[in-house]
Amino acid sequence: MNSIIGQPAPLVDGIEKVTGRARYTADLADGETLTGRILRAPVAHGRITRLDVSEARAMPGVVAVVTGDDCDVPYGVIPIAMNEYPLARDRVRYRGEPVAAVAAETPEAAAAALAAIVLEIEPLPAHATPAQARAPGAQLLHENKPGNIEREVHHEFGSVDAGFAAADLVREEVFTCAEVNHAMLEPNATLAEYDPERGHLTLHTCTQVPFYVHLTVARCLGLDTSRVRVIKPFVGGGFGHRTETLNFEIIAALLARAAGARVMVRLSREETFLTHRGRPQTDVRLKIGMAKDGRITAAEAEVVMAGGAYAGYGLVTILYAGALLHGIYAIENVKYDGYRVYTNTPPCGAMRGHGTVDVRHAFECLLDRMARELGLDPFAVRRANLLEAPLFTPNGLMVNSYGLPEALDRVEAASGWRERRAKLPLGRGLGMACSHYVSGAAKPVHWTGEPHAVVQMRLEFDGAVTVLTGAPDIGQGSTTMVAQTAAEVLGISIDRVRVITADSAVTPKDNGAYSSRITFMVGNAAIGAAEAMRDKLLAAAADKLEAAASEVVCEGETFFIPGAAQSELPWQEVVFAALAREGTITTRGTFSTPEKAQGGKHRGGAVGSTMGFSYGAQVVEVSVDAATGQITVEHVWAALDVGRALNPLSVEGQIEGSVWMGMAQAMSEECRYVDGLHAHANLLDYRFPTIEESPPVEAIIVESHDPLGPFGAKEAGEGALSGFPPALVNAVADALGLDVNFLPVTPDRLLDALTRWRRDQARAQTRKEVAK
Amino acid sequence: MTSHTIKLRVNGREVEEIVPDGLLLVDFLRARRGLTGTKIGCDGGECGACTVLVDGTPRLSCLTLAASVDGARIETIEGQARAGRLTPVQRAFHEALGTQCGFCTPGMIMAAEALLRRDPNPDEAAIRAALSGNLCRCTGYVKIIRAVQRAAAEMAGERA
Repeated sequence: MNSIIGQPAPLVDGIEKVTGRARYTADLADGETLTGRILRAPVAHGRITRLDVSEARAMPGVVAVVTGDDCDVPYGVIPIAMNEYPLARDRVRYRGEPVAAVAAETPEAAAAALAAIVLEIEPLPAHATPAQARAPGAQLLHENKPGNIEREVHHEFGSVDAGFAAADLVREEVFTCAEVNHAMLEPNATLAEYDPERGHLTLHTCTQVPFYVHLTVARCLGLDTSRVRVIKPFVGGGFGHRTETLNFEIIAALLARAAGARVMVRLSREETFLTHRGRPQTDVRLKIGMAKDGRITAAEAEVVMAGGAYAGYGLVTILYAGALLHGIYAIENVKYDGYRVYTNTPPCGAMRGHGTVDVRHAFECLLDRMARELGLDPFAVRRANLLEAPLFTPNGLMVNSYGLPEALDRVEAASGWRERRAKLPLGRGLGMACSHYVSGAAKPVHWTGEPHAVVQMRLEFDGAVTVLTGAPDIGQGSTTMVAQTAAEVLGISIDRVRVITADSAVTPKDNGAYSSRITFMVGNAAIGAAEAMRDKLLAAAADKLEAAASEVVCEGETFFIPGAAQSELPWQEVVFAALAREGTITTRGTFSTPEKAQGGKHRGGAVGSTMGFSYGAQVVEVSVDAATGQITVEHVWAALDVGRALNPLSVEGQIEGSVWMGMAQAMSEECRYVDGLHAHANLLDYRFPTIEESPPVEAIIVESHDPLGPFGAKEAGEGALSGFPPALVNAVADALGLDVNFLPVTPDRLLDALTRWRRDQARAQTRKEVAK
Repeated sequence: MTSHTIKLRVNGREVEEIVPDGLLLVDFLRARRGLTGTKIGCDGGECGACTVLVDGTPRLSCLTLAASVDGARIETIEGQARAGRLTPVQRAFHEALGTQCGFCTPGMIMAAEALLRRDPNPDEAAIRAALSGNLCRCTGYVKIIRAVQRAAAEMAGERA
């Protein structure tokens, strides 16, 4: 029986947030900090023919100016795909790409310096879409990538031809999903300080991956990694935007070194949009074969992504899109062809649900349409295709726990699906969909041979337990998870635990907050460190109690032998006893994913591999105004199998937030470019819902108790997102009788689709009457 | 650009400073007064993260000139807690998980505080209307609404 794990608890750093004491990167400037500003390319593609910063350098108040000449080391988050420079060299490939940067004593001086930089670019043909980029003879963005294809993936498992032949119904449709952006509330910022006497660089930055930033900045500046320190302050969200080293972080370091000073590079919201790394515009051509009882006999997907101008996470994104066709339903025959294409737009990257969201959208929409054609209930179709864990999927993904059946049951019941769906009036509808996501990539990006997570714990004279972890809390509550875990294992109050995170001079390294790895990997490592500490304390207590360590327990900060009278020792007394022997106690816990979890042996097989998937089922209720195309989401029921809810309050928050983010993508968000100019680079034109448009979301926690997860836990932050868009489209179909194949389903587009559909229906009717 | 001498009360404290006429209130608070709790989340007027109270009314400090609030009573997030003790609104946001990353939180709390002062028993529609100018990207607003309701209930209990 756990006393802390499984209890709803506020975040351990919540008080800082509600009082304004929490300091984010932009809050850290002082009077002496220089202002850093970036000059950005005004065209989408071209050769730099002239870049003259001499006038800017000479201006009063300008301390340093840097250009592409100051860094010839390319970088990128995937070791085999590093083709980006922090400041453009020779060519610019998207409108907004950094070309030069200044550090000045005041914002006014910095702005004046930027205006004084002479930049001339000879334009090259710019591609806005994959079709343009792939056209024969199209200008290449990168000379080593013919056809502007960053990565092509072709996988087949089983035989789709045989599967389609065996099907009673085969349908193929194309779905088009707009590019979206994370739009986290905190704009980007980096505070860089360089001490030329020691050759030391310190960065405070809004990152999800401080360890990657540390390595990348050291490489790009040619610094020994031991001379670099990266500290993550409070971070105002990330959702994947900050899961790679970003250009402005390296630029801040370059400016600080050139100035020998502290420089704050604070991006505007527009610049934060231009940094991008969002979910690419994706076309999914999907073909499914289904037997008349609903069983899927084959699935074939062709995915084309408009990836933007540089590699970034691109090859991982296009691999994820195909990998997670598997792992949710029992499908033996799966074919996947994926194309990640370069376009002259800001580079895409990882965004919540990385690579899987648009494909899952297509899949769950098409399943519903085929169910309808076969006269089957959508829930029945999902139930006809359930997995039986434990198993390995055809592409080698490990599934040990599978709570999808319960998730389906619970949202079906909670929404009143069976009783209500057939009785809803025209214009009102219920739609459902399933989804899943990884609890951390089982094969890390940087294959250093080290453990995949390391946690240190310290016990000192004051009786507090200090946990040191590189794991970055970006608002998702990872620090709270670590504190709860330590307190639970040690049998102490969470108030006795202090967690120090994400400072590369102090904490062990951690790969970062991405692919929802922290709970599974760092949680397990924290358990290991806490158990090691507990064992030392139990030994000291056993000594004092003249008993065997195996007889002693610690609960409520008291050591005792269950059942034995007069055998209680308070925490502090045992701490003193333990420290008397060793002076200071430090323990370490590690976690690594076993080889069998690391995916199939085929090329790209590691992507999608995980210790455990979260599984979601969702029902969305909408009312649609057919006169205006306006969709109102009346209610959402979202069940997510998270293995074990370590903190149910926090898990609910993640389910609610991820469902809502799926809604925002489904209904109103899109990046739009005009001649390469980002036309939606502000929070009015890039529309995500205010509180007025946001529905009640009922988060239902399902616990399948994963055998390998910490206390049985899996991820909770991403799995529910990709269920919303298809559930919405399916609900709209239920409400109106109209299927749509585009995202976002904005009122104008829905109205256009309705108008066309009514016109087609009227024509068909007229033809019928004429034929009579 | 000319300068003005302005006299304000900021979180109860008398402040007198010379400010350029183009200085925004948000920059005055953050850079001049060191009150970094008020956040900048957008390029002007779109997100609500900069919300402060001016004579009790929520205002976007990124669209307000410091010189224009001469003589006013300004309240920011830092002035809410009394001797370190959280207000009911702060406590509710903390305990009900109305805050995740925390970046929208100061603005959201100031807007909620203003609402509850003028309408101690708001229905859900009134809560939504009052917070409609504050964007949040983490919570989906579900627990924000609950936090405001919880704060209202606690404040009603205190008055009872």
